[in-house]
Amino acid sequence: MAERLVKIYPPFERFYHWGQVILVLVMTFTGFRLYGIHEWIPYDQAVLVHTYAALLLMLLWVFAIFWHFTTGTWKHYVPTSEGLWQVVRFYSFGIFKGERHPYRKAYWRKHNPLQAMAYLSLKALIFPTIWITGIAYLTYRLWEPSAGSGFWIEIVGNLHVLAAFGILSFIVMHLYLMTTGHSFWKHIRPMFSGYDDIDLTPEEEAYLEADEPGRIRPAE
Amino acid sequence: MISGKLLAVFGLTVVLTGGGGALAQQADAPPGDLSQSTTDHSKLEALQRDFESGPEVTAACISCHTEASDQVKESIHWTWDYEHPETGQDLGKNNVINSYCVGVAANEPRCTSCHVGYGWTDMSQPPPQEANAVDCVVCHDKSDTYFKIPAGAGKPFGQEVKEGAVTNTGKPAKPVDLKVVAQSVGLPDRDNCGNCHFYGGGGDNVKHGDLSSVLHNPTEAIDVHMASDGLNFTCSECHVSDQHQWHGSRYNVTAKDTAGAPLPGQRHDVSTCESCHDTEPHDSLTLIGFKLNSHRDKIACQTCHIPEYAKGGVPTKTVWDWSTAGTMGDNGKPMKKAGYETATGKKKPTYVTQKGNFEWGEDLQPEYFWFDGQVKYANADMEVDAAKVVEVNMISGSQDDDKSRIWPFKVMRGKQPYDTIRNRLLYPHLFGPGSDTAYWGKWDWDKAFEAGATASGTEYSGSYDFVSTEMYWPITHMVAPAKDAVHCEECHRQEGRLANIAGIHIPGANPMGPGGKLGALILVLTLLGIVAHAIMRFFGRKNMKEQ
Repeated sequence: MAERLVKIYPPFERFYHWGQVILVLVMTFTGFRLYGIHEWIPYDQAVLVHTYAALLLMLLWVFAIFWHFTTGTWKHYVPTSEGLWQVVRFYSFGIFKGERHPYRKAYWRKHNPLQAMAYLSLKALIFPTIWITGIAYLTYRLWEPSAGSGFWIEIVGNLHVLAAFGILSFIVMHLYLMTTGHSFWKHIRPMFSGYDDIDLTPEEEAYLEADEPGRIRPAE
Repeated sequence: MISGKLLAVFGLTVVLTGGGGALAQQADAPPGDLSQSTTDHSKLEALQRDFESGPEVTAACISCHTEASDQVKESIHWTWDYEHPETGQDLGKNNVINSYCVGVAANEPRCTSCHVGYGWTDMSQPPPQEANAVDCVVCHDKSDTYFKIPAGAGKPFGQEVKEGAVTNTGKPAKPVDLKVVAQSVGLPDRDNCGNCHFYGGGGDNVKHGDLSSVLHNPTEAIDVHMASDGLNFTCSECHVSDQHQWHGSRYNVTAKDTAGAPLPGQRHDVSTCESCHDTEPHDSLTLIGFKLNSHRDKIACQTCHIPEYAKGGVPTKTVWDWSTAGTMGDNGKPMKKAGYETATGKKKPTYVTQKGNFEWGEDLQPEYFWFDGQVKYANADMEVDAAKVVEVNMISGSQDDDKSRIWPFKVMRGKQPYDTIRNRLLYPHLFGPGSDTAYWGKWDWDKAFEAGATASGTEYSGSYDFVSTEMYWPITHMVAPAKDAVHCEECHRQEGRLANIAGIHIPGANPMGPGGKLGALILVLTLLGIVAHAIMRFFGRKNMKEQ
């Protein structure tokens, strides 16, 4: 086993990540304005920005979904119980005793099992909730004449804001976890450069050296 | 730009799948002054003479306009009688009770000075039958000199005017030369309609709140349609007429017009906003326009576009408490107290011996209610519950029917007489100089109710008290320029304009609903977990260093 710097975040994934960061922050700010939590900008401006940002984000998601499936990246998020217990144990106990993180990133599996589950629930549960309710909100006029629309718009509105708080909680947790491990910078750098420290078997190393030399660099 | 195109595509999709706004027609520009008649009435032979009375003028009018009198007699302006097509209730001024001077019966000569005819002195009888009892010139006078005697049952002032006489608009009366009036005639302008409708309830803007003397000559800020320096609409620009029948009703309102504007070139025949502005009045291809158009399904145009009424310095009466009437001044004579001062310094009475206590207001924010356009009245045929505030008229409507929208209202409040045994509102005989029963003079409520009951064909048990009442007046005039329309955040906030309307979803009006509370709880628990985790990491690291 050798630790090498391997490119595991291709340009699109980094663009998708940072694009999403900006749009989600903008939408959280404007969304909380629309919900009445603050009044720092005029309501109609918040409507404009929130809606345009939502349309952009949906467009980004269309590309991202396409990318996940065409590149096979979706497989990174398949949940597994293998090693899950060790990770849970690490964050609950080991981390306080200075233990080493039990999970070693593989270039074909970049998330630990707990992380993969968190991302999966974000991508498969919380994001769809917010965009389905968001589209329903935006197109309320089309279904408003149907029976019970007054009841359902309440459900839609409440689920939408619940999902928003879910995303915000995820972001907070995401940022906190970056303070664990070696350094904040170590965590954030791969999302700029694309390269992360990865344990490679001799076979993997030989394969990358021979067939994808651009993806591999010496460890630091 | 991607976002722009995307939005355009999105907007178009929405429009094609149900919005329908892209096909909206722009209303034609309003025609200019309509009175470009092919007839100069000052040249007509029939009008080259002096007239002794109103009916004489009318006789001359109908010598050419042969059907006019019959047409007017079909209209509510003449009959003061209206059978509601939905409820069957007998309405019209002939029947209804209001919370101002209560009812017409027994007070005819004062009230019927605004009847479109001459000499209707007894409401228990239909208006006079003669063809020339119709008053043509009150609506068609263009000389602005034709005024009626306030208590003359429709009679105009003559060549001689008594010292100190005033018109029903409250201005000093001047002699009326009927020849000048007759030769001036043309299509009605705002003054013709306004000389009665702006002074309803006994004075300038007393009744409606959105119809005052300000509209004789309004600025754009006061009324964007009627502005003298702008579109300068006459009333009939919206209240279109056909054979002397007008569109626009307070009893059976088109609360939601889904027909919209007519096809190009066709005449509009209703007085709704949509009949000119169509059902998708905002630009559907902009996001805000699209959102505003979706508001109009449940929000009347007036709700956003009339942020305030009683504008321009003329206040409206908001409270009228009859129960305090009758207190004389120190000299034992009826008195007046002028305790209200308008923003421009005009005094308004807050107590009058004849009428009791008043309150006034100007630049008022309307109150908002669901309204399907149907109005019932607590007339003599309806029992009242004096333990509650009695609604003199009752508006209906709800979120769940497709006819209702949220409308702005002036709510008139007060106390007025009711029969404590029969539990009905009472018709007082108020006006009648020299009469033995008129309250204004005899100061005896029992006699006034007795006489009022006789005149209105109702009963009076002999026992009365005053009950708190409310009355609803839809606000639809004094439309502000678009830039002054109600802003989003005036409703989309806690305790906003629509806070009293239960059961509707307004984003921003209820921060921290169930979804928000649960979400915030999740966020707080996450933060607490993080803090606890961080503290344990901190001590863990300290322990390691010590070891």
